[in-house]
Amino acid sequence: MAKELIRLSHVSMAFDGEVVLDDMNIYFNDKEFLTLLGPSGCGKTTTLRIVGGFLTPTSGDVFFDGVRINDVPPSKRQVNTVFQRYALFPHLNVYENVAFGLRLQRPKISEKETAARVGEMLETVSLRGFEHRTVTSLSGGQQQRVAIARALVMRPKVLLLDEPLGALDMRLRKDMQQELKRIQQQMEITFIYVTHDQEEALAMSDTVVVMNAGKIQQIGSPEDIYNEPKNAFVADFIGESNIVDGIMRADEVVEIFGRKFRCVDKGFAPDEEVDVVIRPEDVDIVPPEKGLLIGTVTSVTFKGMHYDIIVDFYGFKWLIETTDFCPVGERIGIDIVPEGFHIMKKSIYSGMFGDYSSYSEEYDEISDAEYVEEAANDGEVPE
Amino acid sequence: MTGKKVRFGEKLLVVLLFVFLYAPILVLIVFSFNATKSRAVWTGFTFKWYGELFSDATLMSSLYTTLGVAVLSSLIATVAGTLAAMAFYNMKKRWRTPLLTISNIPVVNADIITGVSLSLLFVSVGKFLGHEYGFLGFGTLLLAHISFNIPYVVLSVMPKFRQLDNNLVDAAEDLGCTPAQAFTKVVLPQIMPGVVSGMLIAFTMSVDDFVISYFTAGTTTQTLSMYIYAMTRMRVSPKINAISTLLFTVVLALLIIINFRNNKNDGAAKPVTAKEIKQ
Ligand SMILES: Nc1ncnc2c1ncn2[C@@H]1O[C@H](COP(=O)(O)OP(=O)(O)OP(=O)(O)O)[C@@H](O)[C@H]1O
Ligand SMILES: [Mg+2]
Repeated sequence: MAKELIRLSHVSMAFDGEVVLDDMNIYFNDKEFLTLLGPSGCGKTTTLRIVGGFLTPTSGDVFFDGVRINDVPPSKRQVNTVFQRYALFPHLNVYENVAFGLRLQRPKISEKETAARVGEMLETVSLRGFEHRTVTSLSGGQQQRVAIARALVMRPKVLLLDEPLGALDMRLRKDMQQELKRIQQQMEITFIYVTHDQEEALAMSDTVVVMNAGKIQQIGSPEDIYNEPKNAFVADFIGESNIVDGIMRADEVVEIFGRKFRCVDKGFAPDEEVDVVIRPEDVDIVPPEKGLLIGTVTSVTFKGMHYDIIVDFYGFKWLIETTDFCPVGERIGIDIVPEGFHIMKKSIYSGMFGDYSSYSEEYDEISDAEYVEEAANDGEVPE
Repeated sequence: MTGKKVRFGEKLLVVLLFVFLYAPILVLIVFSFNATKSRAVWTGFTFKWYGELFSDATLMSSLYTTLGVAVLSSLIATVAGTLAAMAFYNMKKRWRTPLLTISNIPVVNADIITGVSLSLLFVSVGKFLGHEYGFLGFGTLLLAHISFNIPYVVLSVMPKFRQLDNNLVDAAEDLGCTPAQAFTKVVLPQIMPGVVSGMLIAFTMSVDDFVISYFTAGTTTQTLSMYIYAMTRMRVSPKINAISTLLFTVVLALLIIINFRNNKNDGAAKPVTAKEIKQ
């Protein structure tokens, strides 16, 4: 069905001996919207630059349509890039920026066809009428769209996008997400998209590749990644997760806090130690006497559609989403259906994530502030 | 009240400074229009000395030498200096900083040292190749000027490279440019203001130079400033004033153009004037 277009085979990358990508194996399908997702510095841009031809991997091979392209320069690859900071040519106007690649093609493309293709592209990104503006006079969102038009006018088989929405405000981000998805479907090409925003990744992608520290953690559809995270890192990075230590007593029986629960996972060794993920929305609140576990509410945050409450179970704090108001100090019971448990093998990330002991209402604000600051340092905030 | 006094004192100092700096040149200019050969008494206005300049064959040939050397050396130094700046820019930082410092040392080096050492080099190479002193001439003069001009171009172009967005070259290659095309179509337009400034500075420095030329031109080739020097030794003629005034005016005009350009192209990349660098 889906045809494989690009493959990275045992690709490693090191800068001055420092390993940045560690034995990456991945393929990209034709017409697929694939997202590389991971925290800052995990090697997303590096991966993209290897596919684009701007970096040659220290070891391993890059294949395009089955042909090894390690030594093919970027100008000869059927791949175009939308760079992290747009990289528009400041000495050219919008029209000339978009026409730049067409003018380099041999045999020469006539001025008439150039005009037609540039016009069509500007139409696609809703920038008709901006032809003669200087690119420095455009807003961040408009510059972004020029960068997309400039790459797409080349009719590439694959478009690489490096955090293209990183510098835009929330609203514009949401609009552009839909816009990009529409363009990808309309042009019927492969998008390889880089972001560190998990919501964006889940909303837009056919396939999500979660990376950390130069290693692929998991490849799968957004649903797979969310529902069946492979390890504690993925579970924590994608959405909110309570992660506790458990023991598989038998197939479909997991023990946490010394109590046995029915689950749907099997195939583990008897009494194997595991990580157990329980998503905040999979927990039902019941009267204490009916609860499988009983805990005390320690904090409540109103989130509009629901409340986020923190509940203390035997010294371990869980995040639970509920539509029922539970005041701080109330003793509540919880019930979890077997599908609500997700069992993961122990990994190097075990014990590092999934505890909400340090959770506070300011938590979100702090992480938002950090993000804005980071963007400002990168010079990504539009003027 | 005291504040006012201080301000008056400051103003006086500035005036004195300018008098000190420009009085000699002012005297020179005034006497270049003096009707007689007197260097002390104003005897009336004339263009005579300027007219005589153009009938002086030796002077005209030295003028052509100066212009020829200035044009050729600034062009060659601009190409070489720009390529050098690009090489520095692509270097690892660890290497770039010390190498850049070394390449800029000639700028602050005393002209006399540069001149003597170049002369020594040319003569010894010439001897090695079997020439006697006759080896020094237009060729060595040109080489010397190229050599001292390159650092000025590097200094002027380097800030433009620093401002360059790394991804621009990648974007150009992504869209089909060869590395050479990426340079001419994307990099060059970005660094052009620095390149032009560098070339103007180089031209000015070349026209301006006396000491290094004196040591490297040999006995048969003469630049304008060398000719002026020779004139002062031989006979007293107000022609000296006239030609010096012209030279001063040309150099001043060039410096004004350079400064104006630098101020126009954002202050961040201001490579200061050649004079400032030199002092
Ligand atoms: N040219 C280079 N020389 C040395 N180290 C580099 C180079 N490029 C990237 N690195 C390092 O490689 C690591 C991964 O970088 P990369 O740019 O791929 O991260 P990223 O996932 O894109 O991060 P971000 O979300 O911040 O853009 C970082 O530690 C970075 O410092
Ligand atoms: Mg990046």
